[in-house]
Amino acid sequence: MATAAPAPQAGTAPIGVVPASGARQVWRRLRSQRAAVTAATVLVLLILIAVLAPVLSAIEGQDPTTYHDALVNSASGGVPHGSLGGISGVHWLGVEPGTGRDLFARLVYGSQISLLVAVGATVVQVAVGIAVGLAAGLGSRLLDQFLGHTTDVMIALPGLVFAIALMAVVPNSFPRPLLLMLVIGLLGWGGTARVVRAQTLSLKELDYVAAARLGGSSPWRIARRELLPPLAAPVITYAALLLPSNVVSEAGLSFLGVGVRPPTSSWGQMLSSATTWFQADPMYVLLPAALLFVTTLAFTVFGDALRTALDPRAASRLRVGVRRRRTKEETA
Amino acid sequence: MSGYVLRRLAGMVAVLLVLSVVIYAAFYIAPGDPAQIACGLKCSPAQVAQVREQLGLADPVYVQYAHFLGGIVAGRDFSTGTAVMHCHAPCLGISYRSGEQVTSMILQRLPVTGSLALGGMVLWLLLGVGTGLLSALRRGRPTERALTGLTMAGNAVPVFVIGLMLLIVFCSTLQWLPFPSYVPLTSDPQAWFWGLLLPWVSLAVVESAKYARLTRSSMLETLAEDHIRTFRAYGVSERRLVTRHALRAALTPVIALSALDLGTMFGSAVLTESLFGLPGLGKMLVSSVAVVDLPVVVGVVMVTGFCVVLANAAADVLYAVADRRVVLS
Repeated sequence: MATAAPAPQAGTAPIGVVPASGARQVWRRLRSQRAAVTAATVLVLLILIAVLAPVLSAIEGQDPTTYHDALVNSASGGVPHGSLGGISGVHWLGVEPGTGRDLFARLVYGSQISLLVAVGATVVQVAVGIAVGLAAGLGSRLLDQFLGHTTDVMIALPGLVFAIALMAVVPNSFPRPLLLMLVIGLLGWGGTARVVRAQTLSLKELDYVAAARLGGSSPWRIARRELLPPLAAPVITYAALLLPSNVVSEAGLSFLGVGVRPPTSSWGQMLSSATTWFQADPMYVLLPAALLFVTTLAFTVFGDALRTALDPRAASRLRVGVRRRRTKEETA
Repeated sequence: MSGYVLRRLAGMVAVLLVLSVVIYAAFYIAPGDPAQIACGLKCSPAQVAQVREQLGLADPVYVQYAHFLGGIVAGRDFSTGTAVMHCHAPCLGISYRSGEQVTSMILQRLPVTGSLALGGMVLWLLLGVGTGLLSALRRGRPTERALTGLTMAGNAVPVFVIGLMLLIVFCSTLQWLPFPSYVPLTSDPQAWFWGLLLPWVSLAVVESAKYARLTRSSMLETLAEDHIRTFRAYGVSERRLVTRHALRAALTPVIALSALDLGTMFGSAVLTESLFGLPGLGKMLVSSVAVVDLPVVVGVVMVTGFCVVLANAAADVLYAVADRRVVLS
């Protein structure tokens, strides 16, 4: 599983996990796609915001949980004083209607939850998916059938409904972000398992795997040494597309009120409380909505570019661009 | 064929059984005493014990589960202390909160979710297939690139974000549309349409991206096939080629996917329903979850699971009907 773990960090460092044969090539193909570079920059920025959330809100001089009753108009039900939701030099992005909590601080702290849960859930999905897929691909026919049916059921489950029900069952003392990771992760590994199983079935027929088997390697060793490296590319490709959908899942569950709960903030939770304020204070809706949109779009675009870079057939279309770049470098 | 249908049915029942066991087990280990919840906070311990007896919660969990399954197949009786209430099959139990039968609660809300899902599907099919077709026919031109970008952006936005934006623009700022609400189709078709328009559009924006991509790729694949080239060589007009031959073949996977999505939508409409305040299945699930009304939660999960399983089977059959090369086995 060691090689699988870095996959969810595709946004930061997709390079180290790709087998050595193509790492530099993949990097070059990624760089040749302008959309990929833009998306990666946005993602790095978002990750920096999440990591530096305490620093950023300290610079602003605010924290995400302090109420500022004086900043909201209690006569109108709590609409912030001032224009654009109370934007000022003290509260950079205004304050939350009703409570007067600082929006900038809530947004940057919210990014921690949104990114952490998405990445954590992806790690769970990929880990379980690889384990199940490898076991199904390498195990006996009976095991394969059992795991295959289980995977089918997992994919067919009404995931969101099930997640809502599960989130409600677990006591509140259990940390909500961790619970979100587990619920989203454990309900969403079906696709990865299917991809890994299919790849394993075709890989294990190849000569070098047969050679390893004849050489006396155990199935565990074969899985680890011979199968995981070539599985990296398809798994990373798949995981990169899981990330944005996990961001959306977390936001959705928190939006429905079963995810993280106030005073903890996540973008989905903020949107949830914004639904009652969208007429009086549109800024309160627009800010988390915009961040959510930018994040999922950046993940999607990057995932798409990564797939192109990792897929030899798709990449052949890019090669033109790479060659042109080279000739430019040569002439310069 | 009949063998296939039988196996398929057995598979469906098996999936639903697994689903019911999982959801039942999950709630059995859940904290909180259902009897206390059903009785209310002011109940004395003796009253709680009585309620527990009435609801059959004193039995071991497997007995409770057997009663639950039996209720679905044959109906069951609940004693409410003084009277006996018969719950007809398929009985999904009675709500702890309201004492209503879960089956009738669900049946009341199905038209809402059904309207939302069906109308949304019509819209997302039009939007998705249209976009996909256009970008397949304008391959490599700026139109295609613009459409690809748009579908990617549409796919990236969560449905409640789109919905909120539409609310702000059309209901709050421009005031062109009334705030979404549900009016039954039978009582006022026009109000039904206008009340659901924004929810449909929100669903369509998010869902159509998938269809656009699928239509585009299967269109390109079909257009590259030999028989299309032969038609072209015979001088069949390009318009006829696309509408009569290529599109028909390319739509097969689209039809199958839409059957699948329609089934899933009964569960995933929860976000749209919550945002727009539509009293559908999902809204009921969320409010029942908040008050730990377990029979309702289990009932909704079972029904949405049933819809998904049914949709899966429908997709397979539609696939075989639309594409003669597929043999059901």
